[in-house]
Amino acid sequence: MNPPAADPLAAGLLERLPLLARDALTGALPEPWRWWANSLLAILAIIFVFSSLFALLTLTERKVLARVQNRPGPNRAGLPLTRFRLGGLGQPLADGIKMLTKEDIVPRGADPVLHFLAPVVLLALSLLTFAVIPYGRLLVPVELEAGVLYFFAAGAATELALFMAGWASRNKYSLLAAMRALAQLISYELPLLLAVVPVVLLAGSLSTTGIVAAQAGWDLGFVPRWFILTPWGLASFLIFLTAALAESNRSPFDLPEAESELIAGHLTEYSGFKYALFFMAEYLGMTALAGLGVTLFLGGWRAPLPFLDFVPSYAWFGLKLLALLFVFIWIRATFPRLRIDQLTRLAWKFLVPLALLNLGTAALWALTAGWSPALQPLRWLGAAALVAGPFVLLGRGLTAGLRPRTYRFA
Amino acid sequence: MTALAAIALLTLAAAAIALALRDLIHSALLLIASWVGIAAFYLWAGAEFVAFAQVLIYVGAISMVVLFAVLLTRPPTGPATREPSGRAVPGFLAGGAVLGLLAGAVLSSPLPAGTGAAPAFGVRELGLKLLGPHAGALLATAALLTVALLGAVVLAAARGKEDAS
Repeated sequence: MNPPAADPLAAGLLERLPLLARDALTGALPEPWRWWANSLLAILAIIFVFSSLFALLTLTERKVLARVQNRPGPNRAGLPLTRFRLGGLGQPLADGIKMLTKEDIVPRGADPVLHFLAPVVLLALSLLTFAVIPYGRLLVPVELEAGVLYFFAAGAATELALFMAGWASRNKYSLLAAMRALAQLISYELPLLLAVVPVVLLAGSLSTTGIVAAQAGWDLGFVPRWFILTPWGLASFLIFLTAALAESNRSPFDLPEAESELIAGHLTEYSGFKYALFFMAEYLGMTALAGLGVTLFLGGWRAPLPFLDFVPSYAWFGLKLLALLFVFIWIRATFPRLRIDQLTRLAWKFLVPLALLNLGTAALWALTAGWSPALQPLRWLGAAALVAGPFVLLGRGLTAGLRPRTYRFA
Repeated sequence: MTALAAIALLTLAAAAIALALRDLIHSALLLIASWVGIAAFYLWAGAEFVAFAQVLIYVGAISMVVLFAVLLTRPPTGPATREPSGRAVPGFLAGGAVLGLLAGAVLSSPLPAGTGAAPAFGVRELGLKLLGPHAGALLATAALLTVALLGAVVLAAARGKEDAS
């Protein structure tokens, strides 16, 4: 990993620990080889850390969903070859072995090349997005001037892989899932990008480190200057969260794989390890989007209070990431799935207009940055009104005349 | 130079096979591969921003529209075959006209002859250039896209009426 321009010696020992460990491993190599070794190490670290996180996340999700539904969840598989169960901690391992040893089935009518390529492409693209996220003060795998754009470019093609999977399976449910995946991407790419534009506007930078740097400092001595704590930032974050859920095919937007209507959609004709790859890519994509959300709106690796600065920055990033992932699971446990027309209507009639208005609010916020302290409450009130007003009016207008559905049984 | 040759070969090969294939979906996917090749070329040339924008817009969005159009207009019964049509000659004429136009435009534009150090060009400078000297072209493109969008909406609305009646 290439440390950013900040002076590494100024940071504490814990802060520099990952870099020190890396230098201990590769320090002896001559210069061009050292760069390659460092890059390889960064890639391996990302793959290792986020694969383990994926394994634990599947267990956490099943456990949390189970607790929400008032049942225990997986609790049998424990440590292998022992009698310790540890509340089902061995479940990811058991699942992994099961997936690896299952037969790999390719339907006779399927397109074998695309059927094989789809999970590979999906996983590769999901992994690419991790390259530009600043995990800590000194932990940025790749510094790019257009980092945010890179993230979306790498992530944009994931639905293409879903389409490949659905179409190559030669199965009507899979094809329906492919069509839904395309419709969903076209609808939600726009609000997702429009929610990010205000952040880029206010930070004045497309680079992820630049955006974290723009959230430095404290208001009143203890309130962090994170973008989520401004009126336009809160609105952007909520739009981003909704669109990110849709982008990563998470419930309540999991229409492409809707188990109860499409028999898992594009996954219908996949078995064994390819199926596991799809799942891995889904969780990795979700984690990457959550990481971007933390970077853009929650101050990245910054501590929430000034005196907590002694905790290493990557720990804060990890905590925020886990909290956001928990929110994702919580939402899945709470909301029912949308219908496809409701899904596209929500995107085009609600999220896109709100995101566009929010862009105007953010521009106003940037223009009024120089107002005197006496006028600041007016600035906050005005921005808050610009955010809340359209939300309430548009929501009222779109749901006017809708009542809870009544069911009649013939 | 080897990298450029490899990128050019892959891009052109993908495009050529896309033209030759009978299966429309395969053609579309190969077309996307050739768009990725063009993005790789931009990266090779050091134009990071343009490369990412190319991937985001072509691979991420336009590919979706192409695939959606193919799926909506063809009976989606798996790998379908395409009948050879008698439109080869007009097709070649139209393609050749576009090629001639572009080649003429490229050849007649004055390019700086010096091959010294490439100017350091960040996203900020690009944005200032686009909204400063080239604002007119940007506005014209925006107007064109808006008109195209409105046209699509009008067509879709007319289709919807037919279905309803």
